[in-house]
Amino acid sequence: MGLSKRVIPCLDVTGGRVVKGVNFVGLRDAGDPVEIARRYDQQGADELCFLDITASSDERGLIVHVIEEVAAQVFIPLTVGGGVRSSDDVRSLLNAGADKVSINTAAVLNPKLVEEAAARFGSQCIVVAVDARRVAGSSPTRWEVFTHGGRKSTGIDALDWGRRMQQAGAGEILLTSMDRDGTKEGFDLELTRAFSDTLDVPIVASGGVGDVEDFVEGVVRGGADALLAASVFHYGELTVADVKKRLAAAGIEVRA
Amino acid sequence: MTTIAVVDYGMGNLRSVAKALEHVAPDYNVVVTSDGGDIAEADRIVFPGQGAMPDCMRELDARGLREPIIVASQHKPFLGLCIGLQMLFDHSEEGDTRGLGLLPGRVKRFPAERMRDASGNKLKVPHMGWNQVLQNRPHAMWQGIEDGNRFYFVHSFYVEAADPELVAGRTNYPFAFTSAVARNNIFAVQFHPEKSQSVGLKLLSNFVTWDGSSDMSKDKAFGTANV
Repeated sequence: MGLSKRVIPCLDVTGGRVVKGVNFVGLRDAGDPVEIARRYDQQGADELCFLDITASSDERGLIVHVIEEVAAQVFIPLTVGGGVRSSDDVRSLLNAGADKVSINTAAVLNPKLVEEAAARFGSQCIVVAVDARRVAGSSPTRWEVFTHGGRKSTGIDALDWGRRMQQAGAGEILLTSMDRDGTKEGFDLELTRAFSDTLDVPIVASGGVGDVEDFVEGVVRGGADALLAASVFHYGELTVADVKKRLAAAGIEVRA
Repeated sequence: MTTIAVVDYGMGNLRSVAKALEHVAPDYNVVVTSDGGDIAEADRIVFPGQGAMPDCMRELDARGLREPIIVASQHKPFLGLCIGLQMLFDHSEEGDTRGLGLLPGRVKRFPAERMRDASGNKLKVPHMGWNQVLQNRPHAMWQGIEDGNRFYFVHSFYVEAADPELVAGRTNYPFAFTSAVARNNIFAVQFHPEKSQSVGLKLLSNFVTWDGSSDMSKDKAFGTANV
């Protein structure tokens, strides 16, 4: 027995509210981050990921209050990402109660940021989010880094980028397949495996989960250390407990 | 009113630790402090730590907290967390740093060449996530916590205690390393109880009622399975 694989629901937050359908029975307030975080905690979530998708700049500070409130009541690790631009943004989220802060676009625009934040706060709390898309026709398969929520191509090779970010001090990689995101076809297992085999830091697989078998495949074939999903949980198609039960049945260690 | 001091030497966020303590001990006064006087006056001490050990030691000294910590560690119920555990030992490989030397032993990095599980899969560093803590002796701090319960870890270095008597818990990754130590009024863990859901809160609630003694002879809560 040893380290268990983590199951991580991801919550999209805008203006301090959780968006996308949240199908929990009996929620007084379907968009309340604290209530939703509590439900996932009760289902056995190993960690929660909050993605701030707030577009308007005057509402962006609200994520800090969301994290403060959740962290005061839910005692599992919290990762926060979306719109993190500077070392000071990292600090304010950590001070609010985030355990890890995920940096995406800003890392590409300014690779020094990851180095600076890891040196200042420790690698254990710096996650680099990599949004990767397959390069059509590449053989062997290559992936390219995209930014701005997957809209902007960078020309950077995703695996090279992962290596660079590990070296810069990233303590974990949150790896999202832009090809699979929203498709329900399962994780990009080849991408996940390539990262897991190449890097020494933990890999969180994300993008594409459609059913419970996809989680099993993410570990067995993808070699993921943790599995992140949003809509299958929000729309009540699966509970975290369902997923863990299936993982355990497949011989994968999970936290009961 | 009983006061619990959470020692703040500027390394990272202590909000989660304080909130978790407030949650389990609503009638206690939880203070996050970098004042030696507060530490001297407090009834119980929580000594956390985040980031890199050289920075932690430097910041501790910059605030003049070395002496207050050493004094408090000699007689008050004292709980070390994560780097707060590592700092109690003699030395760390991380930045070749001298620790407080309150407990004999050294802090080492997970060796890259040994990080494979039994099936040959690569084990990642940092050791991040939920792993089992195997209790290898009874202690008041383990009450109500099952042998093998999972706690949340995130670290790249671990302690190697020179005295096996110190070890209160072990964790496999992939070899058994020391994840909890106990001596007299000191109890210290590599994991994060404040992030370990109900079992973590149970450990913290044990701490707020612990009398600071390591004598378990009168404790009936433990079966022989744990001994």
